[in-house]
Amino acid sequence: MRPVAVVAFAQTRHTGEDAGLSETELLAPVITEIKRATGVTRFGFTCSGSNDYLAGAPFSFVSALDAVGAWPPISESHVEMDAAWALYEAWVKLQHGEIDTALVYGFGKTSQAAYPEVFTQGLDPYYLAPLGVDQVSLAALQARAYLEHTGTDERRLQEIAAKARAGGRDNPSALHLDDPGEADYEVAPLRPHDVAPVTDGAAAIVLAAGERARDLVERPAWITGIDHRSEPHQPGFRDLTCSPSTRLAAAKAGGTGGVEVAELHTQFSHEELILRDALDLGDGVAVNPSGGPLAANPVMATGLIRIGEAAARIAGGTAGRVLAHATSGPCLQQNLVCVMSGEQSDG
Amino acid sequence: MPSDPASVPFDSGKTSEPNHVLEFPGGYTRSVGPVIGRFLSDLRDGRLTGVRTKAGRVLFPPVEYDPDTGDDVTGEFVDVGPIGTVTSWSWVPNPRKTHPLDRPFAWALIRPDGADTALLHALDMGVFEPGAKPPRALRTGMRVRPRWRAERVGGIGDIECFQPEVTMITAPSRLEYRLQGGRALDRFLEGIEQGRILGHRCDVCGQVIVPMKGLCPKDGVPTSEEVELPGTGTVTTFAVNNLPDPRAPEVPFVSAYILLDGAGLTMLALVAGVPADQVRMGMRVRAAWRPREEWTRSMANIRWFEPTGEPDVPFDEIKDYL
Repeated sequence: MRPVAVVAFAQTRHTGEDAGLSETELLAPVITEIKRATGVTRFGFTCSGSNDYLAGAPFSFVSALDAVGAWPPISESHVEMDAAWALYEAWVKLQHGEIDTALVYGFGKTSQAAYPEVFTQGLDPYYLAPLGVDQVSLAALQARAYLEHTGTDERRLQEIAAKARAGGRDNPSALHLDDPGEADYEVAPLRPHDVAPVTDGAAAIVLAAGERARDLVERPAWITGIDHRSEPHQPGFRDLTCSPSTRLAAAKAGGTGGVEVAELHTQFSHEELILRDALDLGDGVAVNPSGGPLAANPVMATGLIRIGEAAARIAGGTAGRVLAHATSGPCLQQNLVCVMSGEQSDG
Repeated sequence: MPSDPASVPFDSGKTSEPNHVLEFPGGYTRSVGPVIGRFLSDLRDGRLTGVRTKAGRVLFPPVEYDPDTGDDVTGEFVDVGPIGTVTSWSWVPNPRKTHPLDRPFAWALIRPDGADTALLHALDMGVFEPGAKPPRALRTGMRVRPRWRAERVGGIGDIECFQPEVTMITAPSRLEYRLQGGRALDRFLEGIEQGRILGHRCDVCGQVIVPMKGLCPKDGVPTSEEVELPGTGTVTTFAVNNLPDPRAPEVPFVSAYILLDGAGLTMLALVAGVPADQVRMGMRVRAAWRPREEWTRSMANIRWFEPTGEPDVPFDEIKDYL
């Protein structure tokens, strides 16, 4: 494998309400910042992740290219998914060996519509979408299955939410949310603090290969393994008490041994428990020190931010080996695991 | 088709009304293929059908490929259900307008008998107020069956929702009577009709029995000596009732045993005119009569007993009447 590293990460100060900026306006300062940080203004490849249903306009991602500067024409691609998958595409492109740098970005505004209902439009159109089942209701089915299977108390969920919000308050980019208090169910067994908040925001990462990465930064976060796996779409076909696709992706990414920090794409409290199990993360692993998605969830950038936050621990010298996770689909259907290290692997 | 965002009037004020709508008028048409098509056609007929994989599992709802292997499923369709088992559930206290029910309901994964996988659908647990907590009867493992729409079109919505198996019925219960209270009670109510509380004194033990029964329950001898008692007495013991009763002013209300002054037995009556949590054993009370023009031959003439404000009677003086 060609060694590829995260060499820069930038994100907005996410907001919990519409700050009056368009998606492109949200993104532009992040792109400007990451160009300045790396000194690179033209990239070998550009790939983005976003969701046209958030703004309710087809091909709305195209206008975001205004923030990148696409003339003379650039090599560009887009995934209608979280930008963590755009990063995967860019990593594959870098493996081809023809380019040395890639810009990856994602952006999302969930303040403009009811995101749990927007999510419904991404479900199977025969059996699920016509029911009007929403993202939170689906997640609550998985939470119930996990709690009953393991005998875990609902209180544990609140502890996870409290830890996430405390982490978010220490993170200038995340929302600053109060400690969770007593609250009625949003969809039982989930309460409002167990559900990631409405968030507007954007994020960008620059990947570089080999010598180019070492030229650009002192401590590149080398991607030692990256893989993504999927389970059946129908939630009734799956064992919702665990995440075999995450477990498999982690194994294919080289395993989780030695990982000190894990940034997990947990849009619901119980997902941290399921993912910890699937990734075999011991109590010594710091999970979502940034606060994670429960403290800021600019969808379509949230998974990419996990990779950026984890890589930042290596760049900052506070961790030697980190893991980032991103998810897509209902009830953790599809999962991506990216393991990074301060030491370049021989590949 | 979606409107052009540039043509949408910008609304600087925060409003909950949408200013942009994404909609395919009349809905988006999709072909369904032979596997899903078979399921939907059977659904229109009011039947649940799964499909068998080469490994022998029955997938429900049917899909074209075995999710374990990616192989085509067999052409063998299998009747399943209609009864099924809930394998997981979530409870929606406040339904969204996009949800299939407009009152609190559950989402459930339901595995019909004979199937190896589960279907997601709504589960109607009955009538609840918005914000209701999950009902106790809602649990993993419960048995449910579909509620079919009368007019079915070949869509997942041909099942309106699932509902629990019948575990309880409400049996009608009513008989009509023409009751005679007996001579002693007749005489007592005659007194009540005139605003008097009458009792009998026992020739043997001397205690006054009110309302009188024509017998002393202690000595088993007939009684006939009438005594008129005052409308005042003492609460010996009481209960706070939280179920509504048409005779009581409100919930909670207090029903109490009252020892009328001069009586040897207590009588059961309502106590009101005082908060329920301030009623005490030994409290002095007085009958609150309805206005004279409303009197009938009924104990309802005494609306309830109210505190007199006198000091409480010590426990020792009422302990033998409990």
